[in-house]
Amino acid sequence: MQTDNLELKKLVYLYLMNYAKSQPDMAIMAVNTFVKDCEDPNPLIRALAVRTMGCIRVDKITEYLCEPLRKCLKDEDPYVRKTAAVCVAKLHDINAQLVEDQGFLDTLKDLISDSNPMVVANAVAALSEIAESHPSSNLLDLNPQSINKLLTALNECTEWGQIFILDCLASYMPKDDREAQSICERVTPRLSHANSAVVLSAVKVLMKFMEMLSKDLDYYGTLLKKLAPPLVTLLSAEPELQYVALRNINLIVQKRPEILKHEMKVFFVKYNDPIYVKLEKLDIMIRLASQANIAQVLAELKEYATEVDVDFVRKAVRAIGRCAIKVEQSAERCVSTLLDLIQTKVNYVVQEAIVVIKDIFRKYPNKYESVIATLCENLDSLDEPEARAAMIWIVGEYAERIDNADELLESFLEGFHDESTQVQLQLLTAIVKLFLKKPTETQELVQQVLSLATQDSDNPDLRDRGYIYWRLLSTDPVAAKEVVLAEKPLISEETDLIEPTLLDELICYIGTLASVYHKPPSAFVEGSRGVVHKSLPPRTGSSESAESPEAAPTGAPPGEQPAVIPAQGDLLGDLLNLDLGPPVTGPPLTAAPVQMGAVDLLGGGLDSLMGDEAEGMGGTNFAAPPAGTMPANLGAPIGGGLGDLFDLTSGVGSLSGSYVAPKAVWLPAMKAKGLEISGTFTRQVGSISMDLLLTNKALQVMSDFAIQFNRNSFGLAPAAPLQVHAPLSPNQTVEISLPLNTVGSVMKMDPLNNLQVAVKNNIDVFYFSTLYPLHILFVEDGKMERQMFLATWKDIPNENEAQFQIKDCPLNAEAVSSKLQASNIFTIAKRNVEGQDMLYQSLKLTNSIWVLAELRVQPGNPNLTVRLLAAPPRSLAHSLAHSLAHTHTDTHTPTHTHTHTHTHTHTREGRLQHQEEEILCSKSPCPLEGPRRHPRPPSPASSRAGAAVGA
Amino acid sequence: MIGGLFIYNHKGEVLISRVYRDDIGNRRNAVDAFRVNVIHARQQVRSPVTNIARTSFFHVKRSNIWLAAVTKQNVNAAMVFEFLYKMCDVMAAYFGKISEENIKNNFVLIYELLDEILDFGYPQNSETGALKTFITQQGIKSQHQTKEEQSQITSQVTGQIGWRREGIKYRRNELFLDVLESVNLLMSPQGQVLSAHVSGRVVMKSYLSGMPECKFGMNDKIVIEKQGKGTADETGKSGKQSIAIDDCTFHQCVRLSKFDSERSISFIPPDGEFELMRYRTTKDIILPFRVIPLVREVGRTKLEVKVVIKSNFKPSLLAQKIEVRIPTPLNTSGVQVICMKGKAKYKASENAIVWKIKRMAGMKESQISAEIELLPTNDKKKWARPPISMNFEVPFAPSGLKVRYLKVFEPKLNYSDHDVIKWVRYIGRSGIYETRC
Repeated sequence: MQTDNLELKKLVYLYLMNYAKSQPDMAIMAVNTFVKDCEDPNPLIRALAVRTMGCIRVDKITEYLCEPLRKCLKDEDPYVRKTAAVCVAKLHDINAQLVEDQGFLDTLKDLISDSNPMVVANAVAALSEIAESHPSSNLLDLNPQSINKLLTALNECTEWGQIFILDCLASYMPKDDREAQSICERVTPRLSHANSAVVLSAVKVLMKFMEMLSKDLDYYGTLLKKLAPPLVTLLSAEPELQYVALRNINLIVQKRPEILKHEMKVFFVKYNDPIYVKLEKLDIMIRLASQANIAQVLAELKEYATEVDVDFVRKAVRAIGRCAIKVEQSAERCVSTLLDLIQTKVNYVVQEAIVVIKDIFRKYPNKYESVIATLCENLDSLDEPEARAAMIWIVGEYAERIDNADELLESFLEGFHDESTQVQLQLLTAIVKLFLKKPTETQELVQQVLSLATQDSDNPDLRDRGYIYWRLLSTDPVAAKEVVLAEKPLISEETDLIEPTLLDELICYIGTLASVYHKPPSAFVEGSRGVVHKSLPPRTGSSESAESPEAAPTGAPPGEQPAVIPAQGDLLGDLLNLDLGPPVTGPPLTAAPVQMGAVDLLGGGLDSLMGDEAEGMGGTNFAAPPAGTMPANLGAPIGGGLGDLFDLTSGVGSLSGSYVAPKAVWLPAMKAKGLEISGTFTRQVGSISMDLLLTNKALQVMSDFAIQFNRNSFGLAPAAPLQVHAPLSPNQTVEISLPLNTVGSVMKMDPLNNLQVAVKNNIDVFYFSTLYPLHILFVEDGKMERQMFLATWKDIPNENEAQFQIKDCPLNAEAVSSKLQASNIFTIAKRNVEGQDMLYQSLKLTNSIWVLAELRVQPGNPNLTVRLLAAPPRSLAHSLAHSLAHTHTDTHTPTHTHTHTHTHTHTREGRLQHQEEEILCSKSPCPLEGPRRHPRPPSPASSRAGAAVGA
Repeated sequence: MIGGLFIYNHKGEVLISRVYRDDIGNRRNAVDAFRVNVIHARQQVRSPVTNIARTSFFHVKRSNIWLAAVTKQNVNAAMVFEFLYKMCDVMAAYFGKISEENIKNNFVLIYELLDEILDFGYPQNSETGALKTFITQQGIKSQHQTKEEQSQITSQVTGQIGWRREGIKYRRNELFLDVLESVNLLMSPQGQVLSAHVSGRVVMKSYLSGMPECKFGMNDKIVIEKQGKGTADETGKSGKQSIAIDDCTFHQCVRLSKFDSERSISFIPPDGEFELMRYRTTKDIILPFRVIPLVREVGRTKLEVKVVIKSNFKPSLLAQKIEVRIPTPLNTSGVQVICMKGKAKYKASENAIVWKIKRMAGMKESQISAEIELLPTNDKKKWARPPISMNFEVPFAPSGLKVRYLKVFEPKLNYSDHDVIKWVRYIGRSGIYETRC
């Protein structure tokens, strides 16, 4: 080791690095030489020593490393300093505590101001890495001064150094749009760098900071124009880099389609492109397809459909279908192209075409049935389940126009048990549809399929669906028709877009593996690294109004939180969860007594509301629990709410909105690592909001706030993500008004108005629960007509009545009435009986439950007597049928590359579909390949279904 | 960051393995995982990035050699690939072609290089010029270097101008500029241009003394319009000759901020050969050749193919190395070709008729006709009809790019711009030049 031969020395060191771990005792003997070499007059040797020492992961040695490292960090030679900077990161990886104790972090921070650009770059790289494992520490401490230093170094250092610096810049959050613009201006020259990674990292910085620029700004437009050419140039790089670039462009196109909208041609597939490049280009072509270029795109796609690679051809055929759905004007052209392709008789092309034609039917119902005949000709050649299922769906859906539909379906039925579940389910639905359309001829067929599905099948999904149909058909064929043949919601192309929050996160990771996999780093990185969620900076206020319509097609409307699909156990699903147990012997058509297992879900006071109604439903017997004592259950929260309304201490209620309680502390700082949340609920002109006061009582900056509600009785959910514009520094308080809606999923809570909330920030996730005043749910059109009021009043059974007193309320009738009106409790009539004022009032909850009240005011007596009657909106049976009719979905073709919306249903079927889909996804060969699907938007029907349950 | 780097031969045996980070775990596991899942995988490579058991592998292939970078973190993927390419360049600069034999003969050198250009997974200075000053194949003797030499090396490796050392001297100051372009075309059978672009490179070979400051000018539309503002007359004249560059990228020696603000290209060049810039144009491209295909299916067992090529440039210029490749179906049993010029041959192994012409002047036309006999098959699938591709070389720049000047300033040494001997050459080659049939 003491040799003067540098080459030999390097080899010995390399040997040490590799074998030190297995023979730590031997390695210690080398320490002396390392220490000596660190003082060698030759800087190359000093650097070599410090570089090698850091790679020896033996605890005992690391202690000896500290002194030499400290010297090397201050070495006169930049080559040694830049090596030492990286060595700090190495040491931190072995022993983080040691690095902090020895104060190396501060020395490293000083190196950011070093005169040599390469030292700066390496110091930045090392600091970024250390900061990643300490997400809370303010290690990088980026401020306008240090940013300025980095930007200066950016012009001078090597290509790799530029990447480190740009990646670091991307994590900085400029304080305003002017700063963002000035950084952008200094970063744009990097777009002409020959190194693609430099270009992509610069694009990342620009995409992120652009978020802060106002769209009205001239500079914003210039920047958009500057971004396109470098992105296109990336496509002339080597294929591997092209692939990385294309995966990123896929994200960029979704975020800002305007950048590349004129560049369609460069994404045309070349014959010699590697398959991975071809597939990615295809994806981007579809995203860029528009009315202007659709002719060209279709011509290309048709060309691709005749290529050799099976996967590519399939994707091309699918792409044609997606174009039809995306660009309405082209639908006809697409269909005729698909028909041409079917004529080729190439097996997989035909099958793929049928699958997409089914989707086209979903989008444009009753428009292209003329092609059905051609499709039917190819019935025999279909051997893939997906294509068979699609074909069966088409036959079922258009049964009335296909003369021999029953024969076709019967032919499939022969091998029922050999089919895959997907086909079986589809066949069942299709035959039921056929039966409802042509009841006379197909009685036998439907009997056959129902018995096959229920009695001979082991598949619970199939059995359940079979029973549902059976029961529907046997109890009420009209309702069955309404449910099964209901109009289906149209599908849109947005299904295969990446969910907006994930997209925003991925934009922050442009150029990295996360953007290649289209997955957040936490999905593929172990340990603490990458757990930090990155998010785009919030838009500045000025641009909010400028949210131009051209941004809309990108995905869900901005600000709208994608609805979370309850994977399991949502309410209506459970309602339908008929506990049938083993198949009942004898014909089930005679409505065997069934236990409605779900009734107890409506337990307590709620089912007493429903009890009577439920009994009236069909011939089914409900084991209706004894009517509960209503006042105990319902009275309490409502009474509480009313008490608040009359709260006089808060002065005169404002007329513009309903009563607002003073903010209460919901989450004490003690319980949430320094985050204190207090808040209240308000209702103003029809919109509910949650006014929050977030206080940072910790010593570190908080950021990345997000909020989520648990399911609750009225389906309250945030209507927008929690927007905290800047990180919350210590002792700072921020006031936020979070708009709420009532389209979330519903679950009865105890007490009824209990709301469980989860708040997340960069530190942790915290949970708390609070009671919301019920009057925020009183809607503005809660004024009932007089006649209606009278009729309803009489109809409501006694069980639904509650009576209680409000004490100490010395107001007269007028004052009470106007005060209540402010909170959407309307006075219908007023009567004076024996010197007492009787007020008759109505209110309506967001879930359409009417509550009628009689309020007795006795002059001189400060107490008010209230009688409350609650009226459910419709009979349970009716609402059930109704909601089913609107959410029923017939078909479902789970694929991991391409799934179309089949509405977000609350039915049991819907639930099963989600499960199926999950299973399929987990089976797909490389789970990393497929993009995360966009959660389906809730259909209006589902919110109605939720409301019915809320009752 | 990069956790490790492996080099495999075509059989999947590891030639070089260097681990930089502990997190990739057992070296053998990682090495094997890549071999089993990628090199020995049955199907074609479906992605250059593979994730196996939460470990990501990036690979590139050079002839029979696989280079794979391994990581467990969310690294900058573009950077990893750029690094792998750079690694190939550096190795090629040291020992020529990347082959199993060359790698085996240079084990020590490669490990030395890997130690230098990648530290803890972070790429460091990888300019061959700089590296060659202190990593040599002969082995370096530290005692032979003077202290000045050492500090000169380190300042060059870390310095602002990492690509050039001080004190270079030539008796004859000379520079060569090559404008190399590749024309890419995709044309429909009807002769409609589906896509066409030129990707060009300006390669400079400089033999200049000292630290010369260079300024490069070309007929870039934006620059010319800016200058031409004074005299309207000139704008009209030069406007015709100027070209619109869609995008360009530069060698790291070019001052990007200056280009961004003034659109002037100024730099201190590395010594020897380097690629000054790359550019891409899509407008007003001179397509040197036009291919007109005519394919006729005569019954089920016979195809008639006729292809006409037309040269479309000044008659005084000569195109060279012209090659037209006409694909034939897989079930071809025999081919008869007749061509007016050059030589044509049916190559069964490549499923194509290859027609070669040594030279062809501008504004000429030539044609080939072939009869292809097919074996009857019951394969339902139709022949995919791959496009007809073409190769050629022409002595002009199809994009229309012209070098206007390259000025050299060296204030410290006494030679001026006039003393430098400058050479410029234009070569246009075919990139992917295809016509569908």
